[in-house]
Amino acid sequence: MYPRAFHYHRAGSLKEAVAMLSQLGEGAKLLAGGQSLIPLMKLRFANPSHLVDLNFISDTSYIKVDKDTLRFGALTRHAEIETSAPAATIPILHDCAAGIADVQVRNRGTIGGSLAEADPSGDWATVLSTLTVEVRCLGTNGERAVSLTDFINDAYTTALAPDELVSEVSVKIPPKESGGAYLAFKRSAPVYPTASAAVQLTMDGDSCKEAAIALGCVGLTAIRAKDAEAALRGGPITAKKILAATDAARTAADPQSDMRGSADYKRTLVGALVKRAIEIAVRRARGEHVEVGHIYA
Amino acid sequence: MPESVANIPIQLKVNGKSHSRTVEPRKLLVELLREDLDLTGTHVGCDTTYCGACTVLMNGAAVKSCTMFAVQADGAEILTVEGLEKDGELHPIQKAFGDSYGLQCGYCTPGLMLSALQLLSQNKKPSDKEMRKAIAGNTCRCTGYQNILKAIQLAAQNMKGA
Repeated sequence: MYPRAFHYHRAGSLKEAVAMLSQLGEGAKLLAGGQSLIPLMKLRFANPSHLVDLNFISDTSYIKVDKDTLRFGALTRHAEIETSAPAATIPILHDCAAGIADVQVRNRGTIGGSLAEADPSGDWATVLSTLTVEVRCLGTNGERAVSLTDFINDAYTTALAPDELVSEVSVKIPPKESGGAYLAFKRSAPVYPTASAAVQLTMDGDSCKEAAIALGCVGLTAIRAKDAEAALRGGPITAKKILAATDAARTAADPQSDMRGSADYKRTLVGALVKRAIEIAVRRARGEHVEVGHIYA
Repeated sequence: MPESVANIPIQLKVNGKSHSRTVEPRKLLVELLREDLDLTGTHVGCDTTYCGACTVLMNGAAVKSCTMFAVQADGAEILTVEGLEKDGELHPIQKAFGDSYGLQCGYCTPGLMLSALQLLSQNKKPSDKEMRKAIAGNTCRCTGYQNILKAIQLAAQNMKGA
C-alpha cells in the first residue's frame, strides 16, 4: 500500500523543523518514529502534502537526570527508555516502555511522537498522567513548557500550535516512598490495548499520602479517576479501600464498544487492571522489586 | 496533494553492499528492497505494522520495513534474510530453524530469523520469556511457535563463542 504522494523535507535541527512547519503550512506533518503516522498514511486516513523528517537531527534522543527531573529528548525511542537505567528507577516508566507494541515498533516509536499524536489508546499519555510532567513545545516564538494536563485537550488534539513541535518531555522524579505500576490488556503484542490502568501511590509508612490513577483506552483521553484516588488517600490501603477504588474507577471509565470489546466488558476489565496495579504499586512503594508485563488475551 | 514531487537521492548499505538510488518519498523500505534491489526474501504480510513478515535489521535494530520510507534508510546499514548466509554457509539461526522444524509454510521465517538475530546479538542466553517477548511482533500461522522457540534456543547454543 502506498500513501498519497507527498513532498519530503529533512530537518537538520528542531529549529529548522519549526521553520519548515511555519513555511509549509497546514498540509505539513512531522515524521518522528512513524509507527502510527505511516500506517495512517498508507490507509489514507492521513494525507499530508509535506512530511518534515525529524529522524536525522542529532541530540534529540536522550535521557538525562537533572536534579529532581528526568528529561527525555522528544525522539527518544521506546526501546531506549526500556533499557535505560535512570528510567528504570521509576518502574511505571519501564512498564510502559517495555510493553508498547513489539520490539520492532519500540525500536522506532518515540515518546514525543506518542504524546503529540494523543491517540486515546496510546500508552505514554496514560502513564505520564499519574506523574508531574511538562511537555516542552518549540515554535517560531521560542520554547514554552506546558503541563501534560494542559497539553492533551482531546482525542488526537493537543495544545501544540501549527508551527510548534514537542522538543522534550520532563518527568518529575517521584519521592522515594512512591511506587507505581502500569498494566495494559492486549489481544496480542502489536495491537493497541483494550484497556489500561496506571497507578502511582506515595506512602507515608502504611498510610497512603498521595494517589494518582489514570485509565487508558476507555475515553477520548486518559481519564484521571479522581474518586478512586480519594478512596485510597489517607490511612492504610485495605482490601476494602481497593474495592472502593476499583468501583470508582469503573464508574469513571467512559468506554466505547468496538472490535476490541463491548463497553461493559472494557469497564469490567479496567476495574480489574486498576485493582492489580494498586496491589503492585503498594509493593513497589515498599521498595519491593516486582516485574510486570502487559497482559495478553 | 502535490502535483509533482521531487525524488530524493539516497545511499544505503544492504547486506554489506552499497547502493545509490533516487526514490519517490512515499516508497516504502520494503518495496525498495523487493522491487528495486530484487531482494524478495523480505515479505509483505499484513502491510499494516502487525505481522512482522517484513522485519529487517536497520543498524542492528529490528524494524518493520513496511512502516518506514526508503528515504529514512539513507545512510543506514540494512540486513535482510539474504545477508544471513556467509560464503555459502547458512547462518546458525538459519540452520537451527531447519534443524528444529521452526518453519512450515515459511512466509514469516525471514522476519522471525531477523528478530531472533537482534535478540541473540544482545542476549547470548535468553530465557523462554525473553524469547517470547523478542518474537511477539512476528506472527506465524503454521507452527504454533513451539518449534520456533526451540530453534532460537538451539541457535543460541550454537552461536556461543561465535
